[in-house]
Amino acid sequence: MSSAEHKPDIRSHRLDKDEVARNFDDLHPPLTRSEALIEADRCYFCYEAPCTTACPTGIDIPGFIQKIRSDNLRGSAHTILKENIMGGMCARVCPTEVLCEEACVRNSHEEKPVEIGLLQRYATDPIFDQQTPLFSRAPATSKKVAVIGGGPAGLSCAHRLATLGHDVVVFNRDNKPGGLNEYGIAAYKAIDDFAQREAQYILSIGGIELRNGETLGRDFTLTHLRESYDAVFIGIGLGSTNKLGLDDESLPGIEDAIDYIAELRQADDPGMLPVGRRVIVIGGGMTAVDIAVQSKRLGAEFVDLVYRRGPEQMGASLYEQNLAQTNGVTVHHWARPVELIGEDHITEVRFERTGFDDSGRLVSRAEYFTLAADVVFKAIGQILDVGVLGADIAGLEFRHDRIVVNEAGRTALRDVWAGGDCVSGGDDLTVTAVQQGKVAAIDIDRRLRKE
Amino acid sequence: MADLTTKFLGISSPNPFWLASAPPTDKAYNVNRAFEAGWGGAVWKTLGEDPHIVNVSGPRYSALHSNERRVIGFNNIELITDRPLQTNLDEMRQIKKDWPDRALVASVMLPMNEQTWARYLPMIEETGVDGFELNFGCPHGMSERGMGAAVGQVPEYIQMATEWAKKAASVPVIVKLTPNVTSILPPAKAALDGGADAVSLINTINSIMRVDYDSLTMYPTTDGMGTHGGYCGEAVKPIALNMVAEIARTKDTESIPISGIGGITDWRDAVDFLALGASNVQVCTAAMVYGFKIIDDLVDGLNNFLDDKKLTLEELVGKAVPSVTDWQYLNLNYVEKAVIDQDLCIQCGRCHVVCEDTSHQAITNTVNGQRHFEVIDAECVGCNLCVSVCPVEGCISMQHLTEGNDPRTGKPISPEKADWTTHPNNPMRKTD
Repeated sequence: MSSAEHKPDIRSHRLDKDEVARNFDDLHPPLTRSEALIEADRCYFCYEAPCTTACPTGIDIPGFIQKIRSDNLRGSAHTILKENIMGGMCARVCPTEVLCEEACVRNSHEEKPVEIGLLQRYATDPIFDQQTPLFSRAPATSKKVAVIGGGPAGLSCAHRLATLGHDVVVFNRDNKPGGLNEYGIAAYKAIDDFAQREAQYILSIGGIELRNGETLGRDFTLTHLRESYDAVFIGIGLGSTNKLGLDDESLPGIEDAIDYIAELRQADDPGMLPVGRRVIVIGGGMTAVDIAVQSKRLGAEFVDLVYRRGPEQMGASLYEQNLAQTNGVTVHHWARPVELIGEDHITEVRFERTGFDDSGRLVSRAEYFTLAADVVFKAIGQILDVGVLGADIAGLEFRHDRIVVNEAGRTALRDVWAGGDCVSGGDDLTVTAVQQGKVAAIDIDRRLRKE
Repeated sequence: MADLTTKFLGISSPNPFWLASAPPTDKAYNVNRAFEAGWGGAVWKTLGEDPHIVNVSGPRYSALHSNERRVIGFNNIELITDRPLQTNLDEMRQIKKDWPDRALVASVMLPMNEQTWARYLPMIEETGVDGFELNFGCPHGMSERGMGAAVGQVPEYIQMATEWAKKAASVPVIVKLTPNVTSILPPAKAALDGGADAVSLINTINSIMRVDYDSLTMYPTTDGMGTHGGYCGEAVKPIALNMVAEIARTKDTESIPISGIGGITDWRDAVDFLALGASNVQVCTAAMVYGFKIIDDLVDGLNNFLDDKKLTLEELVGKAVPSVTDWQYLNLNYVEKAVIDQDLCIQCGRCHVVCEDTSHQAITNTVNGQRHFEVIDAECVGCNLCVSVCPVEGCISMQHLTEGNDPRTGKPISPEKADWTTHPNNPMRKTD
């Protein structure tokens, strides 16, 4: 079939409504009480527990599990949320198999760790369902802090600052708070509007003014905030996406995965979204898996995920890779696109096979194959659009195009802190963003109290 | 296969496992099912005077659960049989006829006057039962009426009632003892002095299970009020074993045969009782928790154990009794140190934290900056706490030091035995 004859097969409602509803239901159903008690009993209550050490937010995991055992669920949730106010979302999206659950000592002899993620969800779900207040604010300090970004880093920072008695204004680009929790995560990982219920809970502490639809560089500048606030926290994530760097990258049918996921998350009925019959996903991270699996679950017939390196190098965890495969996604390792083919719409992508050379560099193996496509999703990472930082770029340091901060979240500007995906050295995980927001808030508080 | 046939007081049963006098032996229906399942004998639920007593029509049982709802301990406030005596006697007669190879013992609880015993016992014996068990043990309900544990707590009463029973009965008489006493020895001695052919123990322990966290009343209640019950199940086994061993190792009481009762759930529990001096065992709670089928593992497991050990049942009975002594005779020159098998260690650190917080600071948590748990011999007193809390069986073991110095005391390891009776710190020490 020549590309000229190819008519893109892209349409909505490939599956009936019930099937779509089933496909986008909870990926991991929550534990029942009896399941949770049995699982909690498996925790050995380790001394200086390796799981806690492995948790970027340092949650006292044996401590919260012990409280599940004793039916002290409110206490358990408090143990979790005092270290990680987004413990509910992290229970759903953390790659626990490379964090807490990988560290579980039960792996030593039985290779079945305690299901920490599911237990964390069991403990925290009632708090977000019922919006039970667990935190209160310290006496007001009359200090005002601007937080740019309403995602995990920004909201975590704002919540901690509010509990410490400061007033916070959150400038949020989107129409809803939550950042990638709301717009960037596969729908079946956070059903029932969880990201909004979590944001609502965080804001309910008081002292946080949320300004939606206000974009840095368009509606206000960093310089302006620094003049009007006692401190500024930047948690703007990564605003732009990487390009393949090929000709015809703007052909219709070639999309950024992140945009489609956002659309999907905001759709009342995911079945309404047009889906290609043949979908190619380029990339190897969580976003690549999210878009591949969701395409499949919307009824795409063939989904090929193509990654330029091997399974060990994939950003998606092994669990996610398995999820892709059990959902019928064909995963191709060691290949990268070299040509986007199509007249007025993408029809095919030509790939070359890759490998590592002796020095570990990725090189072409000069073998090629072509895959047909109605839609191509790019999931090859995001980048920081430094331009939005305006005139203050001069005072900030950057490494690999991300903002440099110290371990307390301080930037090179004395009154500016930063955290989340926009800072250098992170791992693009929600849990890390939450921790960086929290750490920065603690440091901001220390500074403001000295002044 | 080992021969499990048991002759306890001359009463024959195909295995040493009897069902204890309790709800599982309340009537023919249950006992038939038990014998079909393979139980060696049954002690019929305690008979009393006519008119029969009544039971509450509300919660009679409650349990101490593990998180996975395994029953660890069990409580009951059920009284003795609440059926007419004649009904019980008719059924017992039929059972004995249908199951001649099984042991059938009648448990009885009667007021403290000789005429009553003289009147009832022959009537019951006439059913063909193989023996009597005198219930001097139930701590709830009947004890308020001067029976059960109210008798078992007064050695003089035990002896008196045992004498009445022996006079009225021609079949063997077993006296069932209550653990709700300071020492089990005077009641056991009283039974022996009264002419008992055996003792059985333990009956249940006074207990309140818990509070209802909503109503803040005790739990469970009958119309808002509760009463203490009798505690049994796995959790009571160690208490029972001590009492059995005390009777078996004490000169005054060692001659009396023992039927061991208290938390027996699998065959290993039976080995505990048998090795510490019981000649057979009785089971109730495990059957009430799992049904009669548990007899398969009890019989099979004991059989395999005896085969592995090349022991007969008779040889097992009392095997561990010589190892039980008073604290004062323990060898104070004997030194053990805990050793952690690093290949088995899963790095949970439980041994470290419990030793550090509550014992002797004898286990490291880091070595050269790495998470590592290792015994510090210079601090280890050999207390066995780490072995007890380690989640990996066999990971921590106790090693006997036989030469050199004890790194903790600096003193040479002595091959001589020396106990408290001769220790210089003992003001009452024996001197030559």
